[in-house]
Amino acid sequence: MTATLLAALAKLLSGASVRWIDCQPDTCQRVYFANHTSHLDALVVWAALPHEVRMVTRPVAAKDYWEGGRIRKYMATKVFDALLIDRKEIKVHQSPVDLMIREIGETKSLIVFPEGSRSTDAGVIGEFKSGLYYLSKKRPDLELVPVHIDNLNRVLPRGEFLPVPLLSCISFGAPMWLESGEPKADFLLRAREAVRRLKEV
Amino acid sequence: MADGKTLALVGGVLVLLAAATGVGQFLKLYPESGLNAAAVRSFNQRLRAWWLMCSVLAAALLIGKTATVVLFGAISFWALREFITLTPTRLGDHRALFWVFFLFTPLQYLLIGMMGISHDELYNVMIPVYAFLFILARVAVSGDYKRFLERTAKIQAGLLICVYCLSFAPALLFLDLEPGKSHGANFRLLFFFILMVQLSDALHFVWSRLVGRHVIAATISPSKTWEGFLGGTASATLLGAALWWATPFPPWGAAGISMLISVMGFAGGMTMSAIKRDRGVKDYGTLVEGHGGVLDRIDSLCFAAPVVFHITRFFFPN
Repeated sequence: MTATLLAALAKLLSGASVRWIDCQPDTCQRVYFANHTSHLDALVVWAALPHEVRMVTRPVAAKDYWEGGRIRKYMATKVFDALLIDRKEIKVHQSPVDLMIREIGETKSLIVFPEGSRSTDAGVIGEFKSGLYYLSKKRPDLELVPVHIDNLNRVLPRGEFLPVPLLSCISFGAPMWLESGEPKADFLLRAREAVRRLKEV
Repeated sequence: MADGKTLALVGGVLVLLAAATGVGQFLKLYPESGLNAAAVRSFNQRLRAWWLMCSVLAAALLIGKTATVVLFGAISFWALREFITLTPTRLGDHRALFWVFFLFTPLQYLLIGMMGISHDELYNVMIPVYAFLFILARVAVSGDYKRFLERTAKIQAGLLICVYCLSFAPALLFLDLEPGKSHGANFRLLFFFILMVQLSDALHFVWSRLVGRHVIAATISPSKTWEGFLGGTASATLLGAALWWATPFPPWGAAGISMLISVMGFAGGMTMSAIKRDRGVKDYGTLVEGHGGVLDRIDSLCFAAPVVFHITRFFFPN
């Protein structure tokens, strides 16, 4: 109930319009990977999904930010069912990728931000970190769906607390997979290009 | 509120819309009738927008004055979103923008809504003086002085056109047109105003298509011509005069107001075209895929609203 309300509120405030380009919403296991522009990203992409898909999708979020207050913690755990990753302590025997694979099991989907942190230069998508590659290598059956987030960085820029209700656009693109034998660098470049291309469509 | 004149006005418009929809559907189903397919589609789209406007306005007016004020407030908010999304802003503008959306917009409509109760004229100056000064100061405080006047002017223009000007439309409901009687005359005047703006836009377009020769500003809008402007304004004036019974004015008064509406509406269209050209955008609706382009529908309305309010109030002071 709170989830539906929050999703509606998020869509209203961010003025987000949602486009599905060459892709249909589905509850199959997917990894939605998006460019990172503001703190609202995970929330708005999550809100942009249709209800049934939203129920099985977990946004990946930074533990240090989302456990930093009672309301935030409540929202992250109870409302969006986020997968909190510790950015500070990367343990060797429990890498974030292993954690993700364990947590999603056979049913859940993920929303990830391969850039790592919010890009400072609006419009330029930063280099993708390798998590997406390892995730796809260990679970090649997962559909990788590129997502482009447009203009959300103006709604809530870095360092700001108050949102300005402009119009933004979330575009979901055609699913892709890691080709067998594809080198990491090529794959990450291909993924990044898939996200960037959605902006122009 | 449902007296004879009101029913005649609204009923007449509904009949016209129904007839036009019939024509539109016929043209869509029989594309061999010789008309350009894109024009037919655009006509049908415009018709849908008119039906929406009509029903939403009617619903709000039925519920009451407050509902109408809130409705226009929401429209202003949305139009402002589109406007600011289009104009490039810098980080230094962020805080000022927050206050523009969440303080000045609702405040303007609150002041309009209180027109019946308080005799203060604050709604006339709150935005052009105090909000504008606030914007200048707040952006200055944020420390970013690059293209300072240009950036602040953009925000000010958005606030002026989308919020201040549009707020004078529901303000018509608070004028003292028929002292002692119910608000039928106010309702009719608002309806008449919106109707005349749409008719005037359509007439300008039709006249331009039929006899347009000398383009006014080719760089801004290649379809707006002097012949279209003059012909459209003249016919809108006559049409308005014919509908004088729906307004609180005598025929020459209705003609005068219609002429002003037509001229101001045309100016609004030109201005918004200029802004869009500068940004390389054709319509506000295509800015961010999926949004309807509210600002495209109301640009003429915004420009024409203040003059209608002020002239009416001049002739009908409290």
